Amino acid sequence: MRVRTGRFRLYAAVARSGFRRYATYRTATLAGVFTNTVFGLILAYTYIALWDERPGLGGYDQSQALTFVWLGQALLTVMALMGGGFEGELIERIRTGDIAVDLYRPADLQTWWLATDLGRALFQLLGRGVAPMVVGALVFDLALPGEPGRWLAFLVAVFLGVLVSFAIRFLVALSAFWLMDGAGTTQVAMLAGTFFSGMLLPLNVFPGALGEFARALPWSALLQVPADVFLGKHTGVDLLRTYAFQIGWAAALLTAGRLLQAVATRRVVVQGG
Amino acid sequence: MEPDLIAGPDLIELDGVEKVFDVRKKTGFLRREKHEVRAVDGISFTVPRGEMVGYIGPNGAGKSTTIKMLTGILTPSGGRLRVAGIDPSRERTRLARRIGVVFGQRTTLWWDLPLIDSYRLMHRMYRIPDARYKENLDRCVELLELAELLDVPVRQLSLGQRMRGDIAAALLHDPEVLYLDEPTIGLDVISKAKVRGFLRDLNAESGTTVLLTTHDLTDIEQLCKRVMVIDHGRLMYDGPLAGLHEAGESERTLVVDLERELPPLEVESARVVKVEGPRQWLAFPAAESAAPLVARVAERYPMVDLSVREPDIEAVIAKMYADKSTS
Amino acid sequence: MDDSVQARNGRTRARHGLAQVRDGVRAYRLISGMWIRSLMAYRLSFAMTAFGNFAVTAFDFAAILLMFSQVDRLGGYSLSEIALLYGATCTSFGIADLALGSMDRLGKRVRDGTLDTLLVRPAPVIAQVAADRFGLHRLGRLVQGAFVLGYALVVLDIGWTPVKILMVPLMVLCGAGIFAAVFVAGAAFQFAARDAAEVQNAFTYGGTTLLQFPPTVFAKDLVRGATYILPLAFVNWIPALYVLGRPYPLDLPTWTAFAPPLVAAVLLALAGLAWRTGLRSYRSTGS
Repeated sequence: MRVRTGRFRLYAAVARSGFRRYATYRTATLAGVFTNTVFGLILAYTYIALWDERPGLGGYDQSQALTFVWLGQALLTVMALMGGGFEGELIERIRTGDIAVDLYRPADLQTWWLATDLGRALFQLLGRGVAPMVVGALVFDLALPGEPGRWLAFLVAVFLGVLVSFAIRFLVALSAFWLMDGAGTTQVAMLAGTFFSGMLLPLNVFPGALGEFARALPWSALLQVPADVFLGKHTGVDLLRTYAFQIGWAAALLTAGRLLQAVATRRVVVQGG
Repeated sequence: MEPDLIAGPDLIELDGVEKVFDVRKKTGFLRREKHEVRAVDGISFTVPRGEMVGYIGPNGAGKSTTIKMLTGILTPSGGRLRVAGIDPSRERTRLARRIGVVFGQRTTLWWDLPLIDSYRLMHRMYRIPDARYKENLDRCVELLELAELLDVPVRQLSLGQRMRGDIAAALLHDPEVLYLDEPTIGLDVISKAKVRGFLRDLNAESGTTVLLTTHDLTDIEQLCKRVMVIDHGRLMYDGPLAGLHEAGESERTLVVDLERELPPLEVESARVVKVEGPRQWLAFPAAESAAPLVARVAERYPMVDLSVREPDIEAVIAKMYADKSTS
Repeated sequence: MDDSVQARNGRTRARHGLAQVRDGVRAYRLISGMWIRSLMAYRLSFAMTAFGNFAVTAFDFAAILLMFSQVDRLGGYSLSEIALLYGATCTSFGIADLALGSMDRLGKRVRDGTLDTLLVRPAPVIAQVAADRFGLHRLGRLVQGAFVLGYALVVLDIGWTPVKILMVPLMVLCGAGIFAAVFVAGAAFQFAARDAAEVQNAFTYGGTTLLQFPPTVFAKDLVRGATYILPLAFVNWIPALYVLGRPYPLDLPTWTAFAPPLVAAVLLALAGLAWRTGLRSYRSTGS
């Protein structure tokens, strides 16, 4: 039992340092907020034009569509949809061989990086998520939830989304063991991340089978699902089913990451680091 | 044709050079105070062609700022400065062809590319004649032992290897002056020796003028006849290394191991500065010979072993500065 | 000072300036050439990243196609008309990004002190910064934009006149010039705010996203800002609307369609000035 709490304390400290690492760059955060806000404005107007043409498109009214835009800007860095999380550093460590040192540490590789990434995500949510959302709400009429329960449900969905996002990026980073340069996979992951998360366009606007397919993929857990929870599209039992969807993908991908990590470790040991 | 060459024997001339920075300090939430920092506060000196000079001082004394002004990176706030007859800040790119610069802390090489790619680029960028380039590269590769490293990306080189690579890069275009900013910092003993040997030969054979900043007194002892000391932006000393010891009235230390623990020894012209069990430290003037002192100690006390320690640069400067400010 | 002396000084300065430009172009060519050669050592990896770059940017157009799977018009414009706007801005942006995309690393260079190493080389710093890590894979974006532009020109039913035909390449080139000015100004801004590399993304990537859609989509104030404050409207909106024979935003007069060369020249000059000011302040304050 004592070992457990010690472990927990270790990872909590790791997460805190992940948070602090990003919190140091205040100008960068401010610059990021500015850019997210400009993009939010541009996208918002294109969505207004789209929903003017087709009111109720994808089951959203115009203010829900606008809310989706600003949620996308708020969660862009939280979910590291365009990269920028821990994966670059991990790939670099694999590339240079420093990873051998990490593998011999008493801490578990996957949990260690998960902790830093959770710290990062929390900072991005507070530092880069809140401000654009506030600007969006001031300029446009957004569909903000009235009841605190839904805000809480949203935060849970965001947390589960970060888990899935981490699990995907962990797999991407580990690919560097075999490809010696994660550039290709990182790029593919970024593509999938922006397209299938709903960042480019809400997935319920995708036509027919493409929409069905996109909504079943893990990336939908990153933005589409949290946004729909925020907009009150999933309540009651449906909310639990939605969480189950996120948890299912998180569990499957984290397990895959663990297996891949085991294979990679064996490889490092055989190669002698 | 070359007016700079007949300008005089002095390759580097500084006359009352100043560099003042405005520093903003946070004094509270959103409150900042502006104040001036005189990083270089009226420095004058000249360096004749072919000389090898050490430029030393504690951290933040203004060494790097001076080097940056001499290379044209920084614009002086006042005074007159000429290198090979050129005003560095006004004609930075023209000067660049005639000087070589090595920063110990960061490389001038292209980080992700093999060493040889950087050299090929220097060849074209500095418009070095083919034959000259080949000759210089071959010489550097041989003397700095770079043959095995040419195809290795710079980021994979060790610190010592990279430093050798950087020195070669700075010399391909036959610069008249070579500035070295902490060239041995962080290097192991063998690498340090290699770098020093190469620089000594370079100065002796090619007559390249060298100005080097360092923390390591051994660099100066082994390379430079002349040394300049800068502190708080002012030139504190300019002359031979031996004179520096006198100027700083520095002391050497005699470390004596006795047979047993004793109260502090009493010998004339030396004083005990530290006692640790049977070992005692005696300070004596650096200009004096250690022999009579050793004889006196051996005569009176049961001595087992002894050694003499040279003063270190920081101590010399600290003492010099203390003397100046009290006088 | 007498006139002839002044004239001679002016000539000397002009010759000096010209020599600097020549040196800059030469250094740019040398450095970018070196990066291209080193990239070509890993052809497969290069092909993959170039394709990736192509695909990433193509997704922007995919989003527009998806929108048009639900509607026939957006802001009163058809898909092929929007394809013209999209293709023009993406091609212009692609050219500027290919040439100067590395400049957003300037803040990093100031932070880690490597800018100093560029200042001791006999070549203009701007050329060295721009050519550093020259990324030929950025061709992907350019090619993608050119594809869409070509598609739009084929499917659009335009009453072509010689002036309209000439307008298309002029639009793409001047647009590239305007975006180039934004890249340079963004880098110059980083002399003042080192960690603010992302601010320029708002104007570069954000700008090209804005210009992919017709001005009718946006609020008047946003269009005003993009016309009078940061005149991105001259990249493609005004010249493309001239080609399409559509009314200009903000009731601008017809001749403004011919203003892009002037706008690009003025913006490039201003950006150059900003760069000089930034570099000068760096050289007087150090890192």
